[in-house]
Amino acid sequence: MEFSGILSYIVSLAIMAGIYAIFCLGLNIQWGYTGLFNIGIAGFFCIGAYTSAMITTPMPSGIYAQYVHQIFGLNLPFIFGLLGAAIVCGIIALLIGIPTLRLGEDYLAIATLGIAETIRLIFNNEQWLANGPRGLMDMPQPFHNLVSPQNYNYIYLVITIIAMVIIYLAIEKAIRSPWGRVLRAIREDEGSASMSGKDIFNFKMQSLIFGSMVMGIGGALYAHYTKAISPSVFTPLYGTFIIWVMLMAGGSGNNKGAILGAYVIWGIWVGTKFVTDFLPYTLQSRAPYIRFLIIGILLEIILLYRPQGLMGEEKRISKLID
Amino acid sequence: MIELIVYGIVLGSIIALGAIGLTMVYRIVGFANFAHGEFMTAGAYIALFFVSILLPWMGFPDSRFVPLSFGWRMVVAFPFTMAAVALIAILLDKILYKKLRAKKSGAVILAMSSLGASFIIRMTILIIWGSDYIFYRPGLMRPALHLPLGIKIRPDQIFIFCAAIFLVILLHLFLKRTKMGKAMRATADNTDLALVTGIDTERIISWTWAIGGGLAAAGGVLYGIDVQLHPGMGWNFLIPIFAATILGSIGNIYGALIGGFVIGIAQQVSTAFLAPTYKLAVAFIIMIIILLVRPQGIFGKE
Amino acid sequence: MTILKVENVSAGYVTESNILHNLSLELNEGEIVSVIGPNGAGKSTLLKTIFGLLKPREGRILLKNEDISGLKPFKIAQKGVSYVPQVNNVFPSLTIQENLEMGAFIRDDDYTDTMEEVYALFPVLKERRNHKAGQLSGGQRQMVAMGRALMLKPQVLLLDEPSAGLAPIFVASIFDKIKEINTTGVSMIIVEQNAKEALKMSHRGYVLAMGQNVLDDKSDALLANEEVGRLYLGG
Repeated sequence: MEFSGILSYIVSLAIMAGIYAIFCLGLNIQWGYTGLFNIGIAGFFCIGAYTSAMITTPMPSGIYAQYVHQIFGLNLPFIFGLLGAAIVCGIIALLIGIPTLRLGEDYLAIATLGIAETIRLIFNNEQWLANGPRGLMDMPQPFHNLVSPQNYNYIYLVITIIAMVIIYLAIEKAIRSPWGRVLRAIREDEGSASMSGKDIFNFKMQSLIFGSMVMGIGGALYAHYTKAISPSVFTPLYGTFIIWVMLMAGGSGNNKGAILGAYVIWGIWVGTKFVTDFLPYTLQSRAPYIRFLIIGILLEIILLYRPQGLMGEEKRISKLID
Repeated sequence: MIELIVYGIVLGSIIALGAIGLTMVYRIVGFANFAHGEFMTAGAYIALFFVSILLPWMGFPDSRFVPLSFGWRMVVAFPFTMAAVALIAILLDKILYKKLRAKKSGAVILAMSSLGASFIIRMTILIIWGSDYIFYRPGLMRPALHLPLGIKIRPDQIFIFCAAIFLVILLHLFLKRTKMGKAMRATADNTDLALVTGIDTERIISWTWAIGGGLAAAGGVLYGIDVQLHPGMGWNFLIPIFAATILGSIGNIYGALIGGFVIGIAQQVSTAFLAPTYKLAVAFIIMIIILLVRPQGIFGKE
Repeated sequence: MTILKVENVSAGYVTESNILHNLSLELNEGEIVSVIGPNGAGKSTLLKTIFGLLKPREGRILLKNEDISGLKPFKIAQKGVSYVPQVNNVFPSLTIQENLEMGAFIRDDDYTDTMEEVYALFPVLKERRNHKAGQLSGGQRQMVAMGRALMLKPQVLLLDEPSAGLAPIFVASIFDKIKEINTTGVSMIIVEQNAKEALKMSHRGYVLAMGQNVLDDKSDALLANEEVGRLYLGG
């Protein structure tokens, strides 16, 4: 394989890992800092991707409209897609949070799981919403006229990294603020956070919304990268579980850990492909299951032997207190 | 509509088998077991192994109890399947959850690890059997019986309902009449006092897993008999069985039974108004409503 | 003969923070020993440590010269020690009969005789044997709790505030029952808020404060002691 081929392969890995890193950062706000057990990430993934897709593509017209149905199409630039995804996910998070945040941790988990599954069902079933199982395609890629198509990924990598860094810095700032300290106090021990129930609820809600907006951006970036999305992408495995493994592997409660975990686990995920490539032909159809089995076992090993992940929780959050 | 309710009762009895185990594990072991649906899947597929590979290999003859769709092979396979999944559940606890409990991991970590376990089980099934839809007895015509009151039901489905009720009665007798059963109820009531009384709570936990896994496996096999087997079947039951458990109050076995029927009927009746794929969403909405209106369930205290 | 000995025990719930400091106590065979002191003195913690719900960080606990420090509760129960917690001390959804059966859980032998003895001690329970324990009054529940502990036929019985939350008429009858149980040869340690009553029916008493021994003596002597009376017995 020639060098440029290897390089572009690595770039595409880095983009996917970067997108997942953004999800991990979002989850870290909810889980790492606030202790919210959200296993419905796939739902925000889905909504972020579809929202951005529909904001940035035009409504189908003419003959095309007979084959592609979507509920709206604004044909706005890429950046609006990202922002729209974030805002819509934030609103959805608010709606989800109202009934579920008062519940205990596992109830929240079941609720988020159910919501993600329901969202996927709706997108799959309601053709008029976003073309049902066939999904949407041709999301615009910003700056694509600057370089030849085979080199476009370099630009997208830059875009992804910029988004990741901006989000990282924003979260870091928020966590070191008084707001962030309250969040961690809530996670440590709700009872002694010595605030009224209403205040705790508000803080959790803010954390849920903030994290979901970040996830929405991740979903949007995914849509514009792959240029084709459908409900079958946003499964509990690819859209939720793998992100949890990434965050636990990197270190929950640690933003650098979130990013590291994404890259490491994505690297392992890709690495398992090379392993299964060696399988005999008859087993090839089982390859994705074997790969996922490995990831699942990896999570259990992490939980048993190194639950703090590679980087552990950040020790010094605020120079003022610690 | 009658048909829907009738089938809802059949479906509900399968949901109940899953919910009863889930509610017991939730109360006694103390966390939400996201792998419970996969015990159902495992049951269905292990029974498939017995019925289509092991028993034929052992020379066990094929048979069929007309008008049911199965015969002696399934009858023999059934209890062994339940035992096998019971064993898997106990092993899973010993390898994984027990160690996490020893480290004083919280309920969330346990739940997270059960999520991982659910994927591990499902991937294993996918690796062994692939993703196709399978029938215990392919190509069989299974006509419905036409009973009075306009009820149409397949003989298999009558069997499923009876089998579920039978298992619940067995469980009831076990809990009420045997020493271990009473000890389980005691542990579910007041775990600290059970420890003080000298009950070995680890043994109770193993028994809980065994019963929970066994009942879930039964549910999976019954579903497979009625509909078909596919690796995602247990996952699709996860939300309904959680909904039934919460509706019936966590820790309450009879509540889980009732909850199962309610969810099953609600799901089936909903197909008169919504597309069938939304059955899962119906279970979910009911669950959310309960959590909002009466989170302690029908039988819980304030 | 000393049946139970607590030797210089320190223990606590949270790391680096002890509730009990260098505590010592002796229980002789056939005795009732009461443990009194203000709230937070560590009286309940002492019982929990003896019963293995808490592991002593220093010192040890001897049952008839056998070191039982830190053994699991069910092992300690097997050696003939029974414990009645202060709260949540019955299985509410089990019947009275079933509660008692649970008390005998670790016994392999036939326990019908013991059950008859317990019912003889608490006739009210016999009438209601098929009622759920959670539906009983406070006094009756306390009886179930003690009956459950007695099903073990223990040598040593640990009672944590048996009169707590009971109406005054029941307090007297509970203490009478305790004395009755003692006559069958069961040695007891009783932790009590109601210090005066506890001393009146015990042989010896230990006064604790801040997790440490303050004073111990024959109960009569403690009752007569003016300072004890002023500080701990409400004048």
